Amino acid sequence: MAKLDNARGRRATLLIATRKGLWQLNADAARRVWRLTGPHFLGHVVHHCIADPRDSKILLAAARTGHLGPTVFRSSDRGRTWHEAKRPPAFREGSGRVVDHSFWLAPGHASEPGTWYVGTSPQGLFRSEDGGATWDGVDGFNEHPMRKAWCGGDKDGTPDGPKLHSILIDPRDRNHMYIGMSSGGVFESANAGADWRALNAGVKADFLPEPTPEFGHDPHCVRLHPVMPDRLYQQNHCGIYRLDRPAERWQDIGTSMPKSVGNIGFPMVLHPRDPDTVWVFPMDGTKVWPRTAPAGKPAVYRSVNAGKTWQRQAAGLPKTQAWLTVKRQAMTSDHGSPVGVYFGTTSGSIWGSRDEGRTWKCLAANLPHVYAVESA
Amino acid sequence: MRVLIPGPLRDYTANAASVSADGLTLGALLADLDRQFPGLRFRIIDEQGRIRRHIKFFVDGIQAGDLNPPLDTAREIMIVCALSGG
Repeated sequence: MAKLDNARGRRATLLIATRKGLWQLNADAARRVWRLTGPHFLGHVVHHCIADPRDSKILLAAARTGHLGPTVFRSSDRGRTWHEAKRPPAFREGSGRVVDHSFWLAPGHASEPGTWYVGTSPQGLFRSEDGGATWDGVDGFNEHPMRKAWCGGDKDGTPDGPKLHSILIDPRDRNHMYIGMSSGGVFESANAGADWRALNAGVKADFLPEPTPEFGHDPHCVRLHPVMPDRLYQQNHCGIYRLDRPAERWQDIGTSMPKSVGNIGFPMVLHPRDPDTVWVFPMDGTKVWPRTAPAGKPAVYRSVNAGKTWQRQAAGLPKTQAWLTVKRQAMTSDHGSPVGVYFGTTSGSIWGSRDEGRTWKCLAANLPHVYAVESA
Repeated sequence: MRVLIPGPLRDYTANAASVSADGLTLGALLADLDRQFPGLRFRIIDEQGRIRRHIKFFVDGIQAGDLNPPLDTAREIMIVCALSGG
């Protein structure tokens, strides 16, 4: 029998953030039967919801509505009740900049309970030291004299607005962190965000006049392996990459993907214990960038050797005419053994595998456009 | 004066559709509203003091373009959430 989701014996739960609210999927012990509950925040645009790895009763959700400005909600009882932040993330008055939405939530270092980060659209970095009740800008980024050069204008960037995402804290050093920006690229700070440097060598940016610039890239999702924190992976607009620090140059690991499938997608998912195992969800990046499953035949691709080779995993997924799109936060893994892998689609379906991607099953359908799926 | 609260903001006003608030300008009235109903203002006014895109204010039926209009003779403020459904 598949083991429970994590070492604490908690049953697997998925937090499903959508364009119209937040739902939860709760599994039985074997992760065979899933029960959908919700919605919370019906009608709100919920970009992200995550559980606190330092205290799993705590959830944070980033939300706005079509009319109302962006805010953050907090729960200390796994979503039974929610409280709005007293001071949501907002740029400095007089800066001329306005947070359109809070996009990417990330817990701070394990040694700093109550510390959280959020990345916004347009690109901004904010920090809370009181569990998400009040938020302050990380001036080392937001006020950096190079920020506009790195990121471009606040109206530039991806279709839903330029974003700061993939906020990664080194588990060995709370002052060492990475961020990803679409656009902007990957940046690193050694001093808790006081200053930043670009970390994009080896990554293509073929949409720019200079195809290998210092910054301006479009990483879609960047991950740091928790048990090998010197290993980073990214799914980029221009391929799939791995970086093993202290090296500075990303290695292109997307070249061995089948040419008919390509190496373009949004999410990047790690195995929680094996730094060599990762999953991606390729989407069509040709011509006008449809960003749907190539040829309407969705498949997850897994590598078990850090990206040297990839295997197609499609058993149980629709075989044809399934034009799925999976956004960068909408694919995740759990801590079970074997690991569970999950993704949500913009057409409102949640798919799950309880055997590390070998077989897939639809866990829920008819939800709104899925923005994020997180294991809680 | 009387302030009409649209549905999306009534989580802040305990579901009240109208409340009382005071201020010599629209900006001052919003400050008073935020004192009474913390968090309400930021949802409709951004951090640069601008009215958010899909929010409209009507002062005795006349639309206000910013937060400066004096309210010394005003009797009713209507907050409208406009054109962002779906």
